[in-house]
Amino acid sequence: MIKEFRLPDLGEGLTESEILAWRVAVGDTVSLNQVIAEVETAKAVVELPSPYDGVVTAILEQPGTTVEVGSPIIAFELASDSAAGPAGGSIAATAPAMGSVSAEVEAKRVPTLVGYGAEPDSTGRPARRRRTAAGAATSPEPVVAEPVATAPAAERPRSTPPVRKLARDLGVDLATVPGTGERGLVTREDVLGVRGAPATTAPVPAGDSAREVRTPIKGVRKFTAEAMVASAFTAPHVTEFLTVDVTDGMAFLDRLRASRDFADLKLTPLTLAARAVCVALARTPELNSRWDGERNEIVTMKYVNLGIAAATPRGLMVPNIKDAHLMDLRALSGALSELAQTARAGRTAPSDLAGGTFSITNVGVFGIDAGTPILNPGEAGILAMGAVRRQPWEHDGAIALRQVLTLSLSFDHRLVDGAQGARLLTDVAAIMADPAMALALA
Amino acid sequence: MNAYDGESLDPADWHAVEQLITADGTPVDNPELAGWVGDVTDYELADLYEDMVVIRRIDTEATALQRQGELALWPPLLGQEAAQVGSVRALRQDDFVFPSYRENGVAYCRGANVADMMAVWRGNTNSGWDPHGINVATPQIIIGAQTLHAVGYAMGITFDGTDSAAITYFGDGATSQGDVNEAMVFAASFQAPVVFFCQNNHWAISEPVGVQAHIPIAARAPGFGIPSRRVDGNDVLAVMAATRWALDRARRGGGPSYIEAVTYRMGPHTTADDPTRYRDPNELEDWAQRDPIERLGTLLETRGVLTEDRAAAVAAKADAVARELRAGVINRPDPGPLDVFANVYATPNAAVDRQRDRYARYLAGFGAGTETEGSLS
Repeated sequence: MIKEFRLPDLGEGLTESEILAWRVAVGDTVSLNQVIAEVETAKAVVELPSPYDGVVTAILEQPGTTVEVGSPIIAFELASDSAAGPAGGSIAATAPAMGSVSAEVEAKRVPTLVGYGAEPDSTGRPARRRRTAAGAATSPEPVVAEPVATAPAAERPRSTPPVRKLARDLGVDLATVPGTGERGLVTREDVLGVRGAPATTAPVPAGDSAREVRTPIKGVRKFTAEAMVASAFTAPHVTEFLTVDVTDGMAFLDRLRASRDFADLKLTPLTLAARAVCVALARTPELNSRWDGERNEIVTMKYVNLGIAAATPRGLMVPNIKDAHLMDLRALSGALSELAQTARAGRTAPSDLAGGTFSITNVGVFGIDAGTPILNPGEAGILAMGAVRRQPWEHDGAIALRQVLTLSLSFDHRLVDGAQGARLLTDVAAIMADPAMALALA
Repeated sequence: MNAYDGESLDPADWHAVEQLITADGTPVDNPELAGWVGDVTDYELADLYEDMVVIRRIDTEATALQRQGELALWPPLLGQEAAQVGSVRALRQDDFVFPSYRENGVAYCRGANVADMMAVWRGNTNSGWDPHGINVATPQIIIGAQTLHAVGYAMGITFDGTDSAAITYFGDGATSQGDVNEAMVFAASFQAPVVFFCQNNHWAISEPVGVQAHIPIAARAPGFGIPSRRVDGNDVLAVMAATRWALDRARRGGGPSYIEAVTYRMGPHTTADDPTRYRDPNELEDWAQRDPIERLGTLLETRGVLTEDRAAAVAAKADAVARELRAGVINRPDPGPLDVFANVYATPNAAVDRQRDRYARYLAGFGAGTETEGSLS
């Protein structure tokens, strides 16, 4: 008799584990409780003892694979008499007597291996439950709450769980079934009637496919998600905001654009911000550092590889300009244009994405004023530059229409204290407000 | 007697514990403590040895069953066999035990059926034994809550005027809980016949005892007005002697006592824990040298009591218990969905009956029947 062994939940509520190594091979004779494998869960590395006396007939999952709880991982041939032995109680034999519950329910139950986590959601449908309407509380029969009749149009068709299950089993979309029960309730007969009627609904698995689009998580989206999660839950983020009058800075850019040296270049507020950041980082190098937890060290860079967040057709990328601290405004401007073109064309090289030390995200191009950017993983700071707007602002003791911009700086609070973040932010703002400040601060 | 007077001692100081058998199996000269177990024969000692071996086997089998998906969880007691056996075997049948979740060795010695005991850890029932059948309360998962129950029960003993006692088991981590401290205040105020039995196994999950207690845990009790002793929890005879001392005080109207049994949790906190992530392997090695079973085995061999035949019989007993346990776990039927209503009230209750009937109709609705599901009310 062949017996498969399914991966149990080795912790409390774990859904998967990684097979690290098998201690047995196909053909090996094993005894009850002999260690057969080493498995790593999210909580611990544990040894798996054999549940049977027998011979290994198949190893169903290779080392290095992550296996869902409940999946068969190894099979044994049991001697016929050992099946009646201590470990021989088959899974089916443990099925309970369930009184009045029908055989159908019984047959659909997950094998009764104790300690398995929640049954994997086979339909992918989110668990939804309508909040009980407030009025229902005064109902004389409050045990089963009745949703009020004036529910929003998007409400799921009214029916009972057994009927919903029947519909799902038959592949009937409840939304297409007219309910004939009390207050429009869809009954078992209604579902069976629709199923019997020719070609009313295609027998596709029910779901919300009509109103939802499911896209596999992969590629840049998956990478971005992992990077965001890694950053957001590793580095304690703090964000500071500063709104600054950049009228003079914009006038300075206008003057440069008119000069012959810059005629062929695209000068934008981002160019000025990039240069300002390089100057400011030299004064506050904490923002240009990296947390090396493995070696228990803080690495402070004497160079700036300036990352620029770019929205590309493939998704968000943060390529960086190597050694940006060595560049003057002209060189930076050229590098920024090139970087943006390369990213939009989808030709950004992996080396351009690696090794960044500080990043800027220009949310202003989307018409946004401020935000709380998430750090590019491994970096200590990121500056979000808002839109430059003409708005009433205090100027020389009076209210004038000025060009105003908000800067948002997020930083890793493990590496950077509030005062250091504030200094970098005020330095950048000072240079953008009055580019001559670069002379004073550099 | 060697009760604490509040003198400051390093909680990690292994030598500051009372012993009757050293780690290498040599008897210790401690007349005051030995006086409490002067009547224990070598043959009775061998029975304690058997208890410990069987309990260790239960622990191993249950751990394996969890890894095989047959138990949801198991809290290993590996290394704490002497602390549990020595104390529980000092009790009388009419005494009442209030355990935490790790006292499965205690429950076994009180007569709990091993297969029933496992049902809790399979998630099939709330209690693996009838508390009144063996005078052991349901395992308490809430850390330290059982100490309050024990004190309340002990106050009841006083009102009844009998000479029974209550004993409550808890760990070093529980001593930081408000419940345990409140229980000690009440026990002292009412001079309740209760024994506070702390198994200091050195780890509250991943928190070492030194972080929670800067003096020996036993040294706290005198501050509550409760005399205490600190014994080698891996020395089954010393544990038994200390427990008898405490029970004698309780029976003679002397009020509560406190025992710190210094032992070591050699396994993980539960099967969901990985101690290698926070524990120095050298520490485990040190404690393996102080194994409770080995030292008694050595002593009994020296005295010619633990012969090869006897050792084989003990091993056979342990294997038989393990087989019984495994078969009981694997063949245990899951409870039916309606069983959840069975023990809500001791007597029939109309509201619960209504809920049960409604739930039965709901379950029936999954079948082919059409009589109920047309209406929600």
